[in-house]
Amino acid sequence: MSSTPATPPKVNRIGLDLLPYRGSKTTLCAGCGHNAITERLIEAYWELGIEPWTVAKLSGIGCSSKTPAYFLQQAHGFNGVHGRAPTTATGALLANHTLRAVVVSGDGDTASIGMGHFVHMLRRNVPLVYIVENNGVYGLTKGQFSATADLGAKLKTGATNPLHAVDLCLLGIELGATFVARSFSGDKRQLSAILKAAIAHKGLAVIDVISPCVTFNDHEGSTKSYAYMKDHDEPLHEVDFIPSFADVEVEYEEGESRLVELYDGSKLLLHKLERDYDPSNRIHALEVLHEAARRGEVLTGIIYLDTSRPSFTEILNLCDEPLALLAEDRVRPSRETLELINEEFR
Amino acid sequence: MQASHQPPPMPAEQPQRFSSRERTVNDFSIQVATVNGSGSQTANLVLMRSIFQMGVPVSGKNLFPSNIQGLPTWFTIRASRHGYIARKKEIDFLVAMNPESAREDVLNLPAGAAVLYDEPLQLASLRSDLHFYAAPFDKLVAPACPEAKLRKLVRNMIYVGILAELLGIDSEEIRKALYKQFGERKKKAADLNWGAVQAGIEYARSSLVKSDPCFVERMDQNAGKLVIEGNTAAALGCMFAGVTVCTWYPITPSSSLAEALIAYMERFRRDPETGKATFAIVQAEDELASIGMAVGAGWAGARAMTCTSGPGISLMSEFVGLAYFAEIPVVLIDVQRVGPSTGLPTRTAQGDTLKNAVLSHGDTRHPILFPSSPEECFSMAVEAFDLAEQFQTPVFVNMDLDLGMNYWMSDPLPYPEKPMNRGKVLTAEDLERLGGFARYRDVDGDAVPYRTLPGTPHPKAAYFTRGTGHTETAAYSEKPEDWSANLDRIARKFQTLRAHLPPPVQSLAPGAKIGIVSAGTSRYAMEESRDQLSRDAGLEASWMRLTAYPFPPELEAFIEQHERVYVIDQNRDAQLLGLMRLDLPARLLEKLRSVRYYGGLPLDARTVTEQILAQEAQQA
Ligand SMILES: Cc1ncc(C[n+]2csc(CCOP(=O)(O)OP(=O)(O)O)c2C)c(N)n1
Ligand code: SF4
Ligand SMILES: [Mg+2]
Repeated sequence: MSSTPATPPKVNRIGLDLLPYRGSKTTLCAGCGHNAITERLIEAYWELGIEPWTVAKLSGIGCSSKTPAYFLQQAHGFNGVHGRAPTTATGALLANHTLRAVVVSGDGDTASIGMGHFVHMLRRNVPLVYIVENNGVYGLTKGQFSATADLGAKLKTGATNPLHAVDLCLLGIELGATFVARSFSGDKRQLSAILKAAIAHKGLAVIDVISPCVTFNDHEGSTKSYAYMKDHDEPLHEVDFIPSFADVEVEYEEGESRLVELYDGSKLLLHKLERDYDPSNRIHALEVLHEAARRGEVLTGIIYLDTSRPSFTEILNLCDEPLALLAEDRVRPSRETLELINEEFR
Repeated sequence: MQASHQPPPMPAEQPQRFSSRERTVNDFSIQVATVNGSGSQTANLVLMRSIFQMGVPVSGKNLFPSNIQGLPTWFTIRASRHGYIARKKEIDFLVAMNPESAREDVLNLPAGAAVLYDEPLQLASLRSDLHFYAAPFDKLVAPACPEAKLRKLVRNMIYVGILAELLGIDSEEIRKALYKQFGERKKKAADLNWGAVQAGIEYARSSLVKSDPCFVERMDQNAGKLVIEGNTAAALGCMFAGVTVCTWYPITPSSSLAEALIAYMERFRRDPETGKATFAIVQAEDELASIGMAVGAGWAGARAMTCTSGPGISLMSEFVGLAYFAEIPVVLIDVQRVGPSTGLPTRTAQGDTLKNAVLSHGDTRHPILFPSSPEECFSMAVEAFDLAEQFQTPVFVNMDLDLGMNYWMSDPLPYPEKPMNRGKVLTAEDLERLGGFARYRDVDGDAVPYRTLPGTPHPKAAYFTRGTGHTETAAYSEKPEDWSANLDRIARKFQTLRAHLPPPVQSLAPGAKIGIVSAGTSRYAMEESRDQLSRDAGLEASWMRLTAYPFPPELEAFIEQHERVYVIDQNRDAQLLGLMRLDLPARLLEKLRSVRYYGGLPLDARTVTEQILAQEAQQA
């Protein structure tokens, strides 16, 4: 069962065509993996029928971080400071916890300069979709190694990476993200299903998407190239997303597939491939990632999922209305209150 | 002079003015020297409050080390019938409880000062020109506090009792101050401490003979006034400003501001029934995150703030430039301390004046408010949020450690009379009526554009916020004319803002040739120094106290009116004067002179007076 209809209707369930979901024309290189991810995001929001203006798009700096300009033109976007989108996104959600926030970042943006914020966003389980468009290099500054480049990977210049890679999914699971997935910009079907599930998820969804940089890291010797991914992509399962509004009877065979219900009533069907994989088992999730890394495989799919942990804005117990919109009488205590306080200091 | 059971003979070298038993009434400094972490703060506050309750103007300053326990710490209480509450260099009465610093503390005293000390320290032999009072604290505390493990905590109250008796502080005022300090819930602890105070009073009555000249007598200067720390007042200002998001990272001397805010917001801004809050306060992972969250929150429409000190501001630099350029409201309260680097983290300075005015790379300019008192910490916090939202820009409030962490007499904090100004925010209905908007267009001729908030339910609400070059419609642009036109508009916005800042406070001395300009806490040294200049040197000086940057038009007129203008700076490189050099017309600059202090202690009047007189002498 695929969630992408064969011939998309002209309008989605809220009567909008694709235009409001598109953005300005991309200025990235032709063939850049990031562009494909942008396309999947456009489709995902459109297919889910989300009002574009309920979304806030945030990013850091990099080729990847430019992409929020290229989708959802009717949503506010904030292309901020290198590595620090977790902070602006957290702040925006504090101001208005009803926003659907999506952050697009790069591997340099997240795994180096922004690592501190990334880690603390994980701890807090900030309710947003966090996409790392991972190409193993700094695209925008012209091809230096990033911290996700694999040991022994080669730059175009011939330089070899002498250091171990940071695995963002391992970190995500270890430090508190409640939805951790890895995908490949070239895998339309899987990425699409994962993005929709991430949008439906209540807490923090981290998606590490291998997204080849055709200009600086798509050559022989790169472990983030299209060719390398073709040979080493190892899906954990086949992913189907069934939105809450879909009027379908979900049928599946016990033992062959797993059904996971998400917060908003939508469902995930994870179809067994080589093994029966339970994404709610944290220890096991860490194990399979380590194993795959040892084999030199790139494990993709929904690696970890916890639908129960409260998100950061829930922990803060904010009032129902967005803080940004509270009227004066809700946020300025009375004259009598100040008199009471003054008296305490007399 | 060793106080003992018998009145001691008067030593021959005793200074004349004291042997005449002249009384110094309500005009002296008490310094209590203790060990950091020994719990002396309560005793010192009770002492200070009781003098305050006697109607005598006081101030209380903590001089503490960057250490949790063990290093020397001093608390200075100045009582002044003239209302001078700046730090005074000379100590008139030392309470020496710390073996480590006692010797040096005594040797530094001016002749004629008094010393109350812990008897085993045997200080009386150090000098013969002081009034010594010895007290066996350990012996006295035992009967007052039967439980041995609590003795360390109440021991300090004994010196409060002794001082009350020696200085003539009404013991009823001590009792009132003490029970207020402990509050209803700690009545048992208060009783125990009150016992220790009484033991001190009793000891002084029976065993000490007053020989120093210091006396407290009732006045009527403090009716209705509060005693409060600047950080607490600023926190209250933020709450009454309607702050909704505060993000911060612990750093002395601003942590107590955030902590006070947490306490008050939990008390007054969380629904007691549902537990739901009308605020979010987040301790971030660092200052980059605190400003990033505050900017994100300001972008999405919250009244957002962060509070920090110099090192934090340094880390916030990039984000502040983005907020300036992308036109996002955010309030930054900087409780300044001594830098660079870790510097002297528990000492005061005004070393961020220049940095905050131009923080970040490229062309930036930021408004700064300069509160000088708890009332202004409160009212300027309120104003800062209005300014930030009205002008869609970061606004700094430059406090300092002296103001933030010390105890000040204050008028009651004034309830904000103006409704909140949320600035030019378009709603979905506005957009429907207007048919859209251009984020960075100057529609009203005041250079302030309109904005929309994320989540506004309208297809025309969205715009793209970026730190890159942009057009009026927020589209990406690298065109030179787009870039400079946008920067020019933001510069004009800064000029519009100037008319909305709090006005300076002026005191013109008729016929004065010299003027003095100060900002923030330099006020207190200034008030006293002007009297010193007039009294000691017959030099009358006008004074302008700046309350905000960009500078008011009145500043130029003030400089015009005087032959020479002294600018007071609590930093080495004359930053306030430097900022004036950047902004004022060249013809005024040669009139400017600098007075600087950068030792880390609160500025005192003598320092100002001496520097001005020295430069005036050269002029002659
Ligand atoms: C504070 C700061 N330092 C450095 C840069 C320069 N810079 C811009 S993008 C970038 C790296 C981007 O790499 P990545 O996040 O992997 O994005 P990609 O371009 O590969 O998509 C760097 C170092 C910057 N913009 N800001
Ligand atoms: S340089 Fe690389 S990452 Fe950047 S747009 Fe081109 S292909 Fe994409
Ligand atoms: Mg990259």
